Amino acid sequence: MAKFQITRRKFLTASSLGLSGIALSGCDAFDSGLGIGGGLRSFLENANGLTYRAQRFLAGRDALAPEFTEADIRQPQRPNGVTAPDDDTYKGLLANNFADWRLEVTGLVEKPLSLTREQLQNMPSRTQITRHDCVEGWSCIAKWTGTPLSLVLDQAVVKPQARYVMFHCLDTIEQSLSGDIKYYGTIDLIDARHPQTILAYGLNGKPLPVENGAPLRVRVERQLGYKMPKYLYKIELVDSFATIGGGRGGYWEDNGYDWYGGI
Amino acid sequence: MDAVANNQSATEADGKDTTLIYRQSRWTRLTHWLWAFSLFFMLLSGLQIFNARPQLYIGKQSGFEFNNTILEIGAENTANGPRGFTAILGHRFDTTGVLGWSGPPGQETPRAFPAWATIPSYYDLGTARVVHFFFAWILTTTLLVWLIAGLINGHIRRDLAPRLSDLRKLPRDIVDHAKLKFHHTREYNTLQKMAYGGVLFVALPLMIVTGLAMSPSMDSVLPWLNEILGGRQTARTIHFTVMALLVLFFIVHILMILAAGPINELRSIITGWYRTDPPAKHDQPTERSA
Repeated sequence: MAKFQITRRKFLTASSLGLSGIALSGCDAFDSGLGIGGGLRSFLENANGLTYRAQRFLAGRDALAPEFTEADIRQPQRPNGVTAPDDDTYKGLLANNFADWRLEVTGLVEKPLSLTREQLQNMPSRTQITRHDCVEGWSCIAKWTGTPLSLVLDQAVVKPQARYVMFHCLDTIEQSLSGDIKYYGTIDLIDARHPQTILAYGLNGKPLPVENGAPLRVRVERQLGYKMPKYLYKIELVDSFATIGGGRGGYWEDNGYDWYGGI
Repeated sequence: MDAVANNQSATEADGKDTTLIYRQSRWTRLTHWLWAFSLFFMLLSGLQIFNARPQLYIGKQSGFEFNNTILEIGAENTANGPRGFTAILGHRFDTTGVLGWSGPPGQETPRAFPAWATIPSYYDLGTARVVHFFFAWILTTTLLVWLIAGLINGHIRRDLAPRLSDLRKLPRDIVDHAKLKFHHTREYNTLQKMAYGGVLFVALPLMIVTGLAMSPSMDSVLPWLNEILGGRQTARTIHFTVMALLVLFFIVHILMILAAGPINELRSIITGWYRTDPPAKHDQPTERSA
């Protein structure tokens, strides 16, 4: 029996040695290889593809994000990212209350469009009370009104080789040495044609405010907030995003976020 | 059972009888180390993810115009310079140097969990998510493999399923643990069953479920999940709380291994072979076969 017993002193010494060993194992050991393009990072990113396929398999094309009631709207929609674009083009459009603003629909479409706000608002609309989930971890419930993206795509007639919808934005998100970087993002055609994917011009029963993306932002309710660009002016149908920006499909994706923001 | 068939008697140099038994199957050992490995990375990447929004809320959404925050880690300017604080349920603690405000002397930065506790060490939410979700797949797959193997080879029924006798032995078991007096037998004692069973059947499944509840896409598949859990932000709070319980389990687990004889305990979880107590003359036969 005694063989397996240790004294209290030995126990305390061994425990404190063990715990300090854990504390000293600093985590910068894993920093190298985790940058974008790094070998370890690229290997680990394979799991994102698995997540995408698993969630598409489970959720299918039309499973709806939960919708809430008026009673759940307890606060204004929290703005995030750029909340007041400093771009001259944007400020000029804003000064004129977006009368000169147009939504261009271009790329792999049979009939390129140029839509005014009135034209968009005269199309059938959808209103939904949904929860906005930020990648950072917070959530906020609000009521969104807009034109289903699928109606706009149908009007433009998407060519069969198109695979992604790319959203071009008016706001400069970053000023780099090689020039201003405007926000942009992409989603696949499954999410683009999802019944809750709308081009929103209304928020909580009022016109969409500047801080939340006026005059138009996209809502992609089965993904995180960074997949829902604000200050839209152009929708481009593409078959690949490899040659655009950092080649990862969006501003935040180019900075390391997953292209698929469903988790 | 193979464990009994493989019993070996050995005589130590000092003449004492000891018995080596095959205690842990290859499935138990393999899954144990896969969990240890993946939980390490999940914890450290998870703390990095938490740093992006170092607040926990109760309910469907985060209160910005109302208060449903139950935990906050942050930094603030005071007369004594910047300080880190942690506020839990309205109780505020100065946690400068560890939580809220930390870093090498002179280079402190505002960050909830310190650099040594996160992957990557610098602030990088995107990379932490890549690491977290990779190991989430490993952890979940390992749990499923363990569950199937454990049901087939009888490990769960034989070693983990609680019995009436476990309840009877509980008080003495608590006293023995408090005295650091350990019995080395083939069977797990009652507290071990509770700890291992709690981690494998409650804590880890709860981590997976609350993790899935935070995914907006999974919400469209399982909309009732967040309703059961009390809303997405409550799910996030549960996820964090269970993390803290798993860390507590890990600390106690390591301390118990050190106290019970680290060589023997490590050998059994690496090779499967475990040295049991020599049969003492006064031991009741029933006690060993319990």
